[in-house]
Amino acid sequence: MTVHRGAEAAPTNGAGQALVRLAGVQKHYGNLHVLKDIDLDVARGEVVVVIGPSGAGKSTLCRAINRLETIDEGEILLDGEPLPAEGKGLARLRADVGMVFQSFNLFAHKTVLENVTLGPIKVRKKSKAEAETRAKELLERVGVAHQAAKYPAQLSGGQQQRVAIARALAMDPKVMLFDEPTSALDPEMIKEVLDVMVDLAERGMTMIVVTHEMGFARTAANRVVFMADGAIVESADPETFFTNPESDRAKDFLGKILKH
Amino acid sequence: MDVVWEHREAIALAFAYTVLLFVFAGVGSLIGGTLLTAMRVGPIKVLRWAAAIYVTLVRNTPLLIVIFFFRLAAPKMDLRFDFVDVVLPTTVGDVRINNIFAACTVGLTVYTAAFVCEALRSGVNAVPLGQAEAARAIGMPFAGVMRYVVLPQAFRASIPPLANVQIALLKNTTVAGALGVSEAFIRMRGLLNDNPTARISLFIAFAAIFVVLVEVLSFVANRLERRVRVA
Repeated sequence: MTVHRGAEAAPTNGAGQALVRLAGVQKHYGNLHVLKDIDLDVARGEVVVVIGPSGAGKSTLCRAINRLETIDEGEILLDGEPLPAEGKGLARLRADVGMVFQSFNLFAHKTVLENVTLGPIKVRKKSKAEAETRAKELLERVGVAHQAAKYPAQLSGGQQQRVAIARALAMDPKVMLFDEPTSALDPEMIKEVLDVMVDLAERGMTMIVVTHEMGFARTAANRVVFMADGAIVESADPETFFTNPESDRAKDFLGKILKH
Repeated sequence: MDVVWEHREAIALAFAYTVLLFVFAGVGSLIGGTLLTAMRVGPIKVLRWAAAIYVTLVRNTPLLIVIFFFRLAAPKMDLRFDFVDVVLPTTVGDVRINNIFAACTVGLTVYTAAFVCEALRSGVNAVPLGQAEAARAIGMPFAGVMRYVVLPQAFRASIPPLANVQIALLKNTTVAGALGVSEAFIRMRGLLNDNPTARISLFIAFAAIFVVLVEVLSFVANRLERRVRVA
């Protein structure tokens, strides 16, 4: 199966300029060097899947892109703009970056609909009616429209994660970050979430996805980035990466996970 | 019990003072404590420190000292409450809200806010970090994260400890009597002196009224807790 990218995927503006650019990014946790000299460019409309063993720094990388993690050195550019350190500027930039967490993190005290409309109303200053119309569209799209009045705790994990995707999409983000979006799900719920993500990729959304779902990487990714021990070891299109990995580290990793 | 009935209006008036002190200081301490909590968990170091020092200083000081400070020391720093002078007529007599009442209210507010802050902070700590992260990730500034996501959930988790703090406040209003506000305790002392033979029934009456007031508070807290227990 291949993904047919929509017309909106065409990299029109910013001629050749990366939508997300990480240059020389370093991060330490005490003595642990969690991000080692990371250089990564993600083009508009590109779907980049980040894989690698646990503790490789994949999640940290993902979280650094909207500064949920700070970095020690290097720079991160979003649409050509450097990430501000804090304050209003950072908040404004974060609004343009959708984030989907491993543990969903839906607002527990708000209904599904309120979860999706909160950002558009409070951050984008949309009217309640406008936000709700859009939210219902998005909930329809991810297949949980009939749950709109429920609270997150009343939903299954897969449903919660799809709501989380709708919540991120409601901000009309330029790029979506997925931090192991299916790792906390039962096997049968993984598919419903991946289907939504594949649909998103087909519509031309720029996506950076940290995942262990190799099937998704093969299906939807334009590029696979393999990380180990805080560094990017290899970066290739999925076909090349899965059939003919260059590094021993990647061969070892694939050998372990693809055997079963 | 005849003595109690005979003085029912004076007793009611005294409890009007008690309840007013409680309401003003209660609302004030909830607002102040919420702001302190926001400062304490916020991103600005100076404010975090300021709130921590406030809590340490005020919470570790006896209430009587805090209230006397606002009555006796604050005027030396030109912090006066002379502008407060309101008379509320009631069917049992006039309630006079003057500078002494105001100093007591401020003292009780300042003191209780430190406890509200700690109760609420325990609630904030009970809100999973992912909630704040998700709010930040959709572009909310710190104030929005607190107001729309963290504090509403923190309030839910802190209703029982907050109720305790407010119950303590209700009983702490008796300290205002030491400064001359004619609240319940002062009235009781006066009646005890004037009616040495009816001391037991006076004690029982005042205690019973406090029990009823606190029970009303607990009831409200329980209802609130049940109503907001959604997720």
